Amino acid sequence: MGIRFILMVNKQGQTRLAQYYEWLTLEERRALEGEIVRKCLARTEQQCSFVEHRNYKIVYRRYASLFFLVGVDNDENELAILEFIHLLVETMDRHFGNVCELDIMFHLEKAHFMLEEMVMNGCIVETSKSNILSPIQLMDKLS
Amino acid sequence: MGSQGGFGQSKEFLDLVKSIGEARSKAEEDRIVLNEIETLKRRISEPDVPKRKMKEFIIRLVYIEMLGHDASFGYIHAVKMTHDDNLVLKRTGYLAVTLFLNEDHDLIILIVNTIQKDLKSDNYLVVCAALNVVCKLINEETIPAVLPQVVDLLGHSKEAVRKKAIMALHRFYQKSASSVQHLVSNFRKKLCDNDPGVMGATLCPLFDLITIDVNSYKDLVISFVSILKQVAERRLPKSYDYHQMPAPFIQVYVVNLNLSLIIQIRLLKILALLGSGDKQASENMYTVVGDIFRKCDSSSNIGNAVLYECICCVSSIYPNPKLLESAADVIARFLKSDSHNLKYMGIDALGRLIKTSPEIAEQHQLAVIDCLEDPDDTLKRKTFELLYKMTKSSNVEVIVDRMIDYMISINDNHYKTEIASRCVELAEQFAPSNHWFIQTMNKVFEHAGDLVNIKVAHNLMRLIAEGFGEDDDNADSQLRSSAVESYLRIIGEPKLPSVFLQVICWVLGEYGTADGKFSASYITGKLCDVAEAYSNDETVKAYAVTALMKIYAFELAAGRKVDMLPECQSLIEELSASHSTDLQQRAYELQAVIGLDVHAVEIIMPSDASCEDIEGGAKIHRLGVDTQYFCIMIDKNLSFLSGYVQQALEKGAQPYIPENERSGMSTISNFRTQEHQESSMHGLRFEAYELPKPTVSSRIPPVSLASSTELVPVPEPSYPRETQKVASLPSVSSSDPLELRLRLDGVQKKWGRPTYSSSETSTSNSVPEKSVNGVTKVVDAAGTVSTRARDTSYDSRKAEVEISPEKQKLAASLFGGSSKTERRMSTTGHKAGKAGSHVAEKPQVSKGSDRSAAEKTVAQPQPDLLDLGDPTVPSSAQSYDPFKQLEGLLDSNQVTSSVNHNAAGTDKAPDIMGLYLETARSGSGNGSGVDVNLLSGLSNPTVKNAHEGTATTQSTQFSKGPNTKDALEKDALVRQMGVTPTSQNPNLFKDLLG
Repeated sequence: MGIRFILMVNKQGQTRLAQYYEWLTLEERRALEGEIVRKCLARTEQQCSFVEHRNYKIVYRRYASLFFLVGVDNDENELAILEFIHLLVETMDRHFGNVCELDIMFHLEKAHFMLEEMVMNGCIVETSKSNILSPIQLMDKLS
Repeated sequence: MGSQGGFGQSKEFLDLVKSIGEARSKAEEDRIVLNEIETLKRRISEPDVPKRKMKEFIIRLVYIEMLGHDASFGYIHAVKMTHDDNLVLKRTGYLAVTLFLNEDHDLIILIVNTIQKDLKSDNYLVVCAALNVVCKLINEETIPAVLPQVVDLLGHSKEAVRKKAIMALHRFYQKSASSVQHLVSNFRKKLCDNDPGVMGATLCPLFDLITIDVNSYKDLVISFVSILKQVAERRLPKSYDYHQMPAPFIQVYVVNLNLSLIIQIRLLKILALLGSGDKQASENMYTVVGDIFRKCDSSSNIGNAVLYECICCVSSIYPNPKLLESAADVIARFLKSDSHNLKYMGIDALGRLIKTSPEIAEQHQLAVIDCLEDPDDTLKRKTFELLYKMTKSSNVEVIVDRMIDYMISINDNHYKTEIASRCVELAEQFAPSNHWFIQTMNKVFEHAGDLVNIKVAHNLMRLIAEGFGEDDDNADSQLRSSAVESYLRIIGEPKLPSVFLQVICWVLGEYGTADGKFSASYITGKLCDVAEAYSNDETVKAYAVTALMKIYAFELAAGRKVDMLPECQSLIEELSASHSTDLQQRAYELQAVIGLDVHAVEIIMPSDASCEDIEGGAKIHRLGVDTQYFCIMIDKNLSFLSGYVQQALEKGAQPYIPENERSGMSTISNFRTQEHQESSMHGLRFEAYELPKPTVSSRIPPVSLASSTELVPVPEPSYPRETQKVASLPSVSSSDPLELRLRLDGVQKKWGRPTYSSSETSTSNSVPEKSVNGVTKVVDAAGTVSTRARDTSYDSRKAEVEISPEKQKLAASLFGGSSKTERRMSTTGHKAGKAGSHVAEKPQVSKGSDRSAAEKTVAQPQPDLLDLGDPTVPSSAQSYDPFKQLEGLLDSNQVTSSVNHNAAGTDKAPDIMGLYLETARSGSGNGSGVDVNLLSGLSNPTVKNAHEGTATTQSTQFSKGPNTKDALEKDALVRQMGVTPTSQNPNLFKDLLG
């Protein structure tokens, strides 16, 4: 039961956000991202949104130019993870307003803060958009 | 945008992001990042860097690491930032350290103190930030430093804090169970937290605890069931005591839909654990699981997620016919769906259910075959997993052949290894004939040789040595001869894997000359060739030399004169001087053996004694390297376990099914670990392999009912039983020989394996009409017994048959056309992007219709909308600039200024940014005001008014929500900052939810 990593990667295979819930060294991360991004980006729209890779699965979903890739343990429910990705995008959209790739790049830390609210220890712990965003909005007021 | 639109950030940062965003290749990106590293190394250690600036530096460090470069020079600054009192800075610092450091990093020691302090903070946001870090960076040694405070926080008034505290404890438990063993009861207590979110989070640690020790949590079954029931209705009492039923007047929470579904999934996973092999516990769950099956919304993604979890639960708990039926219905719906995602889930679910109701696979044979032939690799693999679970001695040939073909076609070594081991396992378990077994093993070794565990090779050698365990020496020697022959055929092929060569050498050494077909000089010649061709591989050479020694020894023992071939002579000489002492020794041993007399040779090298019975039922195996002997004693009955087994059976556990009778029992996980186990699967195996007796085994894959019934004389009484099975519910594992045979035909028909069919099917199953006849005939013969059921089941099957070619065609055209859609995507940009987000989802935040109008114009340029003073409108996606056009929409009388800006953008922006930087340095908050004024030149008057306010009003204005203007302003603003959507990467601006 758990998420191992969350990646946002654009169509060109460039990483836009990476969050790992188990420690990997820089080299390991680099290798892993290269491998799975190549695998997922080569797939067509009709194929299913899951890819088995080594001893875990990747659930991915594409929004415009950006791929959201979530690495999960084998016993994780894939459809639920798809829904989680959508929730994440909706949440970012609510915050940024018509969220686009550049929003995430300019506000990398905020995208991370949202993930920190949503996922802990690889478990999904928050699904309410307003709960996810309220600490971030409070911080915006402070600054 | 809920933010200052990135404009609290410096020009430098924006430029960095821009250049990274527009980098066209990894090399270009690397160059930018390396440059950035140089800059930061210099700048970050300057004295008196303002805090805001430092925050930006740290985010730039995050970028560096995210893009795969080392930023360790800046870690210490991130650590320092965690000490700051400003929440934003602190949280940024915390974020950076969790991204940079692992829990054993030396710098952690500098943070622990801050964490301790922050956990006690009055500001719950600070506490939450600290708890986030606790979840990532506290290791076994530092747990005691924060544990008391985390436990205190379980009672915090804010639910967000309680939730994070629970997760922190969960993390501690994962890191070091012993350090929190005394606190485990807290998880039970928090199950009654009045916030559903906290309760839901508590299920994560509970799941882990229950996985390890099911029996200690059986008392919670009732509570879990009752929570599940309420959560499914999205109502949860505010205070819930898991020991009692909730009082009726208690205030009720309405649970957030997503949360309710996630909790349902977690609870179903937990119930699956608790109900496994426990009839009593399972009975408590039937009603609620049945309710969810009935009520769950099957049109949504997440609804299907819950349904899938229900199937997993049903297949794990003590079987209930009604639930199994519901599960089968859902599976049928999944498999029939057009969505590959649902098909995948359906195949997976089928694999789970198949162990309790093996008959279910037959209903879906066509769907399964479609999935198997699908070009989607993921689906294909999942289907192979299913096939692996449903393999029987009657279908093993088809399945293993398929697997091997697939294995040959893929490059992924990880999966190749897995599928090779599965082939070996299935072949060992169900091989219909010795010949087929040897052939199969040859193929596996040939194509995946070095990926195969060496133990598999040893097993094969032993198997050839022992035969199939029957007291039929003739069969055994036939097996050996056929092995020798096939190896002699293969041996000439180039580049055989080392493991395979070892097997070949060993077998040739032991049995090459045994049947007298091949002369010693022929075999030794071949062995010398191997040793020469693979002269880099010492193990192969060692095997070859030892094999040579055996051949010569057998020759000597048989009283024949030994003529050593010249190439053999030179090989031995060469090896006598080898750097490897092992090879040297073998060479000298060989020479010594040849010099011995007949009696001595017979004693040290008895012919055909690679396995010899000795007293007490133990055996000695001489394997491969003759100096290795191992000896294994087995108490096959495991009598000391009987009492325990009896107990478990009484409690409703499933009786043990002998290995050769079960299918689908081995899960992937135990499949994986099996390599490391000495025992059972790949251990010594003394029972006979199943012989290919078509009538014997049970539960076989699918088939056209009619044809085989027609062929096989069927005893009357078996009819009702059979029809019952087809029509209604699967009773667990009955072995009806008829049913079995029936399934087979269909498989054969579909897969068209010539090797497969045994004589009884040869005439049948040609045309559908014929089967129709078959059915009617059968029905007549059987009288009126369950005609209806039979007919319907046949009809549905027939329908499927008719559909399938079309379905396949459709699939083919779908996938064949994929390249076309791909291309369209790049030309029509946004439009295709929309199609690209590939799940039908609830309509999102509404976008302004004028925006979509703009999109249309982008796709189909119209002169009036695009009149931006730019006469040549570029038509290709590569060069058009959507935002120019959008600006035209924003405010037509501003067009000129926008265009001007574009022209002058490069000189203008830096000046203003310089200005901004100064103000920012001076610590004034007016920085964004400058931006705003700048922006106001671009946008219409109302926006201008809004922006004349402070930064905060600006942010509220922006965060009001998505409307077209906001989006356009954002784009304009971004361009103003010098980030122009050039032809390089217009995607950066594309709405994700568009």
